[in-house]
Amino acid sequence: MAKRLLLPLTEEKVKELKAGDELLLSGTIYVARDAAHRRMTAALEEGSPLPFDIRDQTVYYMGPSPAPPGRKIGAAGPTTSSRMDIYTPRLLAAGLRGMIGKGERSPEVKEAMKKYRAVYFGAIGGAGALLSRAIVRVEVIAYDDLGPEAVMRLEVKDFPVTVINDIYGGDLYEDGKRRYRTLRL
Amino acid sequence: MRKISSRLISDLTAELFIRANYELGEDVLEALRKAREEEISPVGRRVLETILENAHLAAREKLPICQDCGTAVVFLEVGQDVHITDGNLTGAINEGVRRAYREGFLRKSIVACPFSARHNTGDNTPAVIHTEIVPGEHVRISVLPKGGGAENMSRLGMLLPSAGKEGIIDFVVRAVDGAGSNPCPPLILGVGIGGTAEKAMLMAKHALLRKVGEPSPEKEDAELECELRLRINALGIGPMGYGGCITALAVHVESFPTHIAALPVAVNFQCHAARHREAVL
Repeated sequence: MAKRLLLPLTEEKVKELKAGDELLLSGTIYVARDAAHRRMTAALEEGSPLPFDIRDQTVYYMGPSPAPPGRKIGAAGPTTSSRMDIYTPRLLAAGLRGMIGKGERSPEVKEAMKKYRAVYFGAIGGAGALLSRAIVRVEVIAYDDLGPEAVMRLEVKDFPVTVINDIYGGDLYEDGKRRYRTLRL
Repeated sequence: MRKISSRLISDLTAELFIRANYELGEDVLEALRKAREEEISPVGRRVLETILENAHLAAREKLPICQDCGTAVVFLEVGQDVHITDGNLTGAINEGVRRAYREGFLRKSIVACPFSARHNTGDNTPAVIHTEIVPGEHVRISVLPKGGGAENMSRLGMLLPSAGKEGIIDFVVRAVDGAGSNPCPPLILGVGIGGTAEKAMLMAKHALLRKVGEPSPEKEDAELECELRLRINALGIGPMGYGGCITALAVHVESFPTHIAALPVAVNFQCHAARHREAVL
């Protein structure tokens, strides 16, 4: 059964999470994907402020479809996380505590997650219509010239995720494959 | 000679793209339901249940199944006795795409100047169009809104002829293993074998238009499909990569004669949100 977890995360909360845990997240998350990551890390390099205080926050790798009339947001499922890998250790060092996406992370990101005590959550790719129902408020807070890649602040209620990488080196993708693999390559 | 107005082609293209993005085909739904029965991993079954629930919700509420409404890939079959009136064919397809992505509230994901400015074209055009001239006086339009995550995992191998069937199986299975959870499994894999480099990849993409799980009419290709699916599903990747025995819903193979020196093999990945629609004018 999925456990409920209130955001923002803290080091204490993250210590309790293990790869494979199914969770329902409620609270604030920030949306940023490719182009926004490029700008945010450039800002850090220059010493300029980020569009939001990243400490203990959770970033969702997502670019929604446009909101039809009467809705807050269109389909809103995760995108492939690995494209953000080259920017991620820098953001983790700045205090980022959680990430939501899909797909494997690089060894560098996994190491940085252990070092800075951050977790990686998987959301179900291709379930964008369903996931949009857990989003109760939407606000574009920066880089609105990027269109579907703008940085947004979302309020979510019972947003379903699964812990992929915990701070102890646990990895659901590795565990899952090990358990069900019957083929040697 | 039959005259077909380009306006009719635009209208149909728009309708097909909107419908493809909101409603999964019955073939895909059936394959997903079957996978839910066959999956041995409890987490995998829950993922498949969520995917089906999402598909029903999207169809009911007229929302895109996935926020990545894809590159607009279009396969056209144009009868040689057809004359297109009221404008040009490429323009008509792009007009249909433009309208679908605007009126259907679909995400516009195409950027121009791909290695520099990468600015969004704003209307999801240009479409990627593959046209084949065939006998007859019909126009068949097949649309395939193709998500970026799965497409990114595509692989082309120019194998040595001596690699043979085992070499092909090894190449495809390793491509799927390397892709892991990235392309949103359970997958439909298009595999093109033979021809030239571009012909192999085009066949791999074209194979995705087939009804999910329908075997190739070529006996040898159909046997290869079964063998590939068995090995891929033994990788253990499972639905969304959370572990399980259903990594591929189906493998579709197309083959073509090739050069004496060559054995090209191309793999095109399709995520579980396998959106494709077609109609004939």
